[in-house]
Amino acid sequence: MNVENGVHDPHYFVPAPSRWPIVGSSGLFCLALGAAFAMNSVSAGKWLLLAGAAIIIWMLFGWFGDVIRESTHGQYGKQVDYSFRWGMSWFIFSEVMFFGAFFGALFYMRVITVPELGFDSTTHDLLWSGFKEAWPVATGPKVDAYHAMAPWGLPAINTALLLTSGVTLTWAHWGLVENQRGHLKIGLALTLLLGATFLGLQAYEYHHAWTEMQLTLASGAYGATFYMLTGFHGMHVLVGAIMLATMLGRVLRGHFDKEHHFAFEAAAWYWHFVDVVWLILFVFVYCI
Amino acid sequence: MTAATETLNPIQGGHADEAHGHDDHGHHASTGWRRWVYATNHKDIGTLYLWFAFTMFIVGGLMALGIRAELFTPGLQFWQPEFFNQLTTLHGIIMVFGAIMPAFTGLANWMLPLMLGAPDMAFARMNNWSFWLLPPSALLLVISLFVPGGAAAGGWTLYPPLSLQFGMGMDLAIFSVHLLGLSSIMGSINIVVTVLNMRAPGMTLMRMPMFAWTSLVTAYLLIAVAPVLAGAVTMLLTDRHFGTHFFKAVGGGDPVLFQHIFWFFGHPEVYIMALPAFGIVSQIIPAFARKPLFGYHSMVYATASIAILSFMVWAHHMFSVGMPATAQLFFMFMTMLIAVPTGVKVFNWIATMWQGSMSFETPMLFAVGFVCLFTVGGFSGLVLSIAPVDTQMHDTYYVVAHFHYVLVAGALFSLFGAVYYWLPKWTGYMYSERMGKFHFWWSMIWFNVTFFPMHFLGLAGMPRRIPDYPLQFTDFNTLASVGAFCFGLGQLIFLYNVIHTIRGGVGKAPANPWEGSHTLEWEVPSPAPHHTWETPPAREVVEKGLKEQLL
Ligand code: HEM
Ligand SMILES: [Cu+2]
Repeated sequence: MNVENGVHDPHYFVPAPSRWPIVGSSGLFCLALGAAFAMNSVSAGKWLLLAGAAIIIWMLFGWFGDVIRESTHGQYGKQVDYSFRWGMSWFIFSEVMFFGAFFGALFYMRVITVPELGFDSTTHDLLWSGFKEAWPVATGPKVDAYHAMAPWGLPAINTALLLTSGVTLTWAHWGLVENQRGHLKIGLALTLLLGATFLGLQAYEYHHAWTEMQLTLASGAYGATFYMLTGFHGMHVLVGAIMLATMLGRVLRGHFDKEHHFAFEAAAWYWHFVDVVWLILFVFVYCI
Repeated sequence: MTAATETLNPIQGGHADEAHGHDDHGHHASTGWRRWVYATNHKDIGTLYLWFAFTMFIVGGLMALGIRAELFTPGLQFWQPEFFNQLTTLHGIIMVFGAIMPAFTGLANWMLPLMLGAPDMAFARMNNWSFWLLPPSALLLVISLFVPGGAAAGGWTLYPPLSLQFGMGMDLAIFSVHLLGLSSIMGSINIVVTVLNMRAPGMTLMRMPMFAWTSLVTAYLLIAVAPVLAGAVTMLLTDRHFGTHFFKAVGGGDPVLFQHIFWFFGHPEVYIMALPAFGIVSQIIPAFARKPLFGYHSMVYATASIAILSFMVWAHHMFSVGMPATAQLFFMFMTMLIAVPTGVKVFNWIATMWQGSMSFETPMLFAVGFVCLFTVGGFSGLVLSIAPVDTQMHDTYYVVAHFHYVLVAGALFSLFGAVYYWLPKWTGYMYSERMGKFHFWWSMIWFNVTFFPMHFLGLAGMPRRIPDYPLQFTDFNTLASVGAFCFGLGQLIFLYNVIHTIRGGVGKAPANPWEGSHTLEWEVPSPAPHHTWETPPAREVVEKGLKEQLL
């Protein structure tokens, strides 16, 4: 709240007219239409999806390229920096709420629907009298048998990996503020490596679950929440890793100094957020 | 008509005037279509939002007329029931996400930087994206009408199991909602950051215009719940195509789960459409009562309380679904509690008018009309909040009457008021007061003719979302249909009046055409130059306005 503290840029930076937003909208439109077509077996669907993805990638390069150029040309003053900080915080808040919807679904199914379907009520007696309430296996009256994911194998290793990556990232940040570039580079590279290993293990876990444990998206309440929560989390790790890779690239080109490095911090905030989501997920999806 | 503002303009006016000619940022202004498609100027983007919203209002309005035409007499005359359901669904989605919400965001875009003394929105380029996601979303909905199976037809609430059964139209609606949500989130982040970070020196949080407060709280609500809606429709999508069982009992899920998630978004959503209206009315009434807003601080606290409470009442939409009695009681009492801060607001508006030196130009007419009719909608809401009553009235025309009192006579009337209030600032010309007043009275009368009888229909047991009805409901339905067509016709007067104003109206507008307005937007010339407040307004200018508002 810097109005109260008198922070005002003499000229708050207002960007020039830009083509990137409309490019992004066209890309998202192609993705949306393409996905709807593809899901309903219209053959144009996959081409639209492909085009949409290409356009989005083009937009990301162009847009962030502009931002980086503006930043390195010193066009962002103190007040703009505050705006970025507020903006990123609120964006992360919106992400928290997105995960909240899926956690809400998980809690509701575990606490209300599954017990109710298994309890001797009229619904149970008339419709699903054979069904026994059980978690995590066969959670649903008409679900094929599957095995549940045990927490203390890969998932625990993954937890350790992500937690360590949070530490290495903070260590890299120290390197940045103390102007020790080597230390910063190693920290970032280590974080990326840990993130990539996490994603690799997660992919392996999915493959194993799907092919050998018969655990699929269709595996009742457990399968649905398991895949949707870990899946969206994994996508966020991927995005976070791409952000960090970009930061590493910029560090290698000599960007950032101890005062000006909000892009780095934003990526770090995001990474820590993804970390915290994992911890909650580890407890509620894998352990309990 | 104040002369005082003219003398003040030199403090910044000179700057603003010349800003048009020379170029501070070293980029040339785009012209032609590029000006709109590549826009980063908050005024251009605000204009885009407002025209888009009006277009969607016409599209959604035509769909409403399609519904009312079918309901003019019993029996099926125009549409097959499936298409009727598509009309209702699209009418709801388009009015909520295409008309009302973008209109408020457009106003925030146009007015917040001017009112707060900021050069633009905090993220001018992202602002463009927030807007330009809307036309593609609307296009997806339009395309959905033409795919096999037609558009989504399960109501704007998209309840499963129905929504798990439709064809591609439903998928298009889901993706459209995703894009709309993205647009809302980005637009809201922009509003929040602008309000928190871009205020002029001296304009602390507790001294900023009410419209800035309500926009801030609305944007906060939207950042909180738009992602929840995105989650809900994503689960619909995976249930439809990827075998999950979120909303299917065979796999341990539950259709009621969707209702919980949807209404966790949905109830704050109704405040997203109401709070900005409160803000607008809180600007207009003091201006035309020539008195400062009564109880500014209590207004702020009431706004915040409504926002917080709005997260704890969602299941009042689900009284007839089956819930434990404790939950019914909880949601019933929490809902009633919201009437308290809302009542604070209504009393504050009345107290502002009390002993004011009032005049009734068109914006004020719409604002007073808002206070009266929103209160009626609030009362019918209170009736519905009583669980045992709602079990009778749920999904009847009483509910349709209720929410149109708060959405049409509430949100929409406040928007009309806002347009008349700020049109001189936007265009530099005065609108025709005669036509404006006519528009108000015409809308006021036909609105009530359309929607008041729906209370009786609902009480008598006519269900909503139905293309045909038993004979005993005929008279009121006919009346409502006549009212709806007249109401719709009247909006052409509004359109004509706006275009007429843009083309010169009834003469040039001074910087401040209203005697009682003291916020910063009236300190810049009319029409507002393309760039304003490139350097923050001088402290004295800010303080002078605040003093007039007793802040
Ligand atoms: C101006 C004239 C309008 C007329 C004549 C009108 C008429 C109607 C009618 C007849 C229905 C269908 C009721 C049913 O069959 O269940 C309906 C539903 C609805 N309307 Fe309007 N409406 C108008 C404006 C608005 C506006 C401005 C909004 C703003 C948000 C709005 C929001 C809705 C919603 C959310 C529904 C529920 C759709 C559903 O059942 O899924 N309407 N309206
Ligand atoms: Cu509600």
